[in-house]
Amino acid sequence: MSDQKIDVAYIAKLARIELSDEETARFTQDLDKILDYVTTLKSYDVTGIEPMNHPLPTMDVLRKDEPLPGLSQEEALSNAPQEGQGQFRTPKVVESA
Amino acid sequence: MTIQGTIAQWRERLRKKEISPVELVNLTADAIESDTTNAYISCDRQAALKQAESVDVNSPLAGIPIAIKDNINVLGQPTRCASQLLAPFVSPYDATAISLLKQAGGIPLGRTNMDEFAMGASGENSSFGITRNPHAPDHIPGGSSSGSAAAVAGHTSIAALGSDTGGSIRQPAGHCGIVGLKPTYGRVSRYGLVAFASSLDQIGPMTQTVEDSAIILNAICGHDKKDSTSANVEVPNFESFLGRDIKGLRIGVPTEYISSGNHPAIATALQNNIKELENLGAEIVEINLPHAEAVVAAYYIIACAEASSNLSRFDGIRYGKRAENTNGLIELFSRTRNEGFGPEVKRRIILGTYVLSSGYYDAYYTRAQKVRALVAKDFTEAFEKVDLIAGPTSPTPAPRIGDAAENHLQTYLADIYTIPANLTGLPAMSIPAGTAEVGPATLPIGFQLIAPHFREDLLLQTGFALGK
Repeated sequence: MSDQKIDVAYIAKLARIELSDEETARFTQDLDKILDYVTTLKSYDVTGIEPMNHPLPTMDVLRKDEPLPGLSQEEALSNAPQEGQGQFRTPKVVESA
Repeated sequence: MTIQGTIAQWRERLRKKEISPVELVNLTADAIESDTTNAYISCDRQAALKQAESVDVNSPLAGIPIAIKDNINVLGQPTRCASQLLAPFVSPYDATAISLLKQAGGIPLGRTNMDEFAMGASGENSSFGITRNPHAPDHIPGGSSSGSAAAVAGHTSIAALGSDTGGSIRQPAGHCGIVGLKPTYGRVSRYGLVAFASSLDQIGPMTQTVEDSAIILNAICGHDKKDSTSANVEVPNFESFLGRDIKGLRIGVPTEYISSGNHPAIATALQNNIKELENLGAEIVEINLPHAEAVVAAYYIIACAEASSNLSRFDGIRYGKRAENTNGLIELFSRTRNEGFGPEVKRRIILGTYVLSSGYYDAYYTRAQKVRALVAKDFTEAFEKVDLIAGPTSPTPAPRIGDAAENHLQTYLADIYTIPANLTGLPAMSIPAGTAEVGPATLPIGFQLIAPHFREDLLLQTGFALGK
């Protein structure tokens, strides 16, 4: 794992964060160091160990499917950077025919 | 001016009508306005006064103002997570911990500064400026609940709520000389807490005394239908454990925590407190946590992975800042997130995205989760031998401002003693344990107790027995 230099520009694209060249260079340096360190996890024997993704042994918790009060449309839109016709306004995502 | 006195003391005065809740809100708001540590991001005196007018002084919190970390939603108030991305955001609802606090007669007053989105351990990663340690202004208060710790230690607030993902309540509490308790995972609802790493985050009290910690805990704990990870377990009256003796309590001290990496003053404080526990009748048992060294690496992979997923919601569409003059949806997302997030948040999102990406998932993320299971097993086995585990909160006293920015990895490693409680979901508390002389500064030191799941009572009982 340690010989793999992280391709920060590519990962930033996946993460939808536009980075400046300066940021890309800096993060590459920082993250290479951090990845070198986390590679120490390789030294632990994890044979037969189940991955733990939650601190308590909870199973899927479902509540009864019943309507409950939630945010009103006005409340839900109250922090929208742009809204229109009672909805969140986004740039056009569908190409014109 | 400052506000002196604990929750327990002010509660008495309020109940005896020596002071009214409105007067106490004004006194506290005045103290907040004269804060010199940059502990606060905002303060809504009028909202607090409105609540104070009708609060019942016979309620558990009797109208005491409580400062709230800026990542916990309070209806009608800005939540900014110390980020430019959430400037502006005004919460349309109360977090469950806040509605419970209000129901118990607590009054949210003052939103405390923090490391942006709770990412950091120094209070320096805030887009609202760094917070200073009230004991030594050239030193950090710790983080990420930097403002909550500085507010309580600097007596500009009687008590505060913080959140803890890898030590963000306990580490600043230790560095500022106050009591910080991270409850068992699931004890306090996370509904309305802006998510950083959902399998690790917990809200908890930051207070001057163990008694105050119990009082707040009584108010905010409980099962919540709005958080499917909140635990449906009985909540005892935590105040009822204060004053019980600790004779015969078996307290484990991990040999791995008596490390040469500890600052000499930390080692001395640890020894003094262990001696004191022994004098109080506890039995000190040497224990082992074989995976103690592995926790930081496992934590950063898991926390960053969860963060990269959680923070994908900040896309400039539904709330917060939106970049201007963008071309198309992807550019809107990417530019908004570039302009809105600070460097540490970007660094962690990128690390998290990387460890979850195709080809690296098993090598990093799955392996970290397996090591997490090994860490949990260490603690399960330790708690077969002992009732409680004791050790340092941090390996050093609060570093000087600017030192953390030099070396990210070194800063991450300082979380080695606080991270295990998050990986395992165990409750843990930092209490004041002594001081260290660092140059001209006298800095507080924390001492940490870790208990089995849902045994906050043991933490409180033992902390109180130590006179904290």
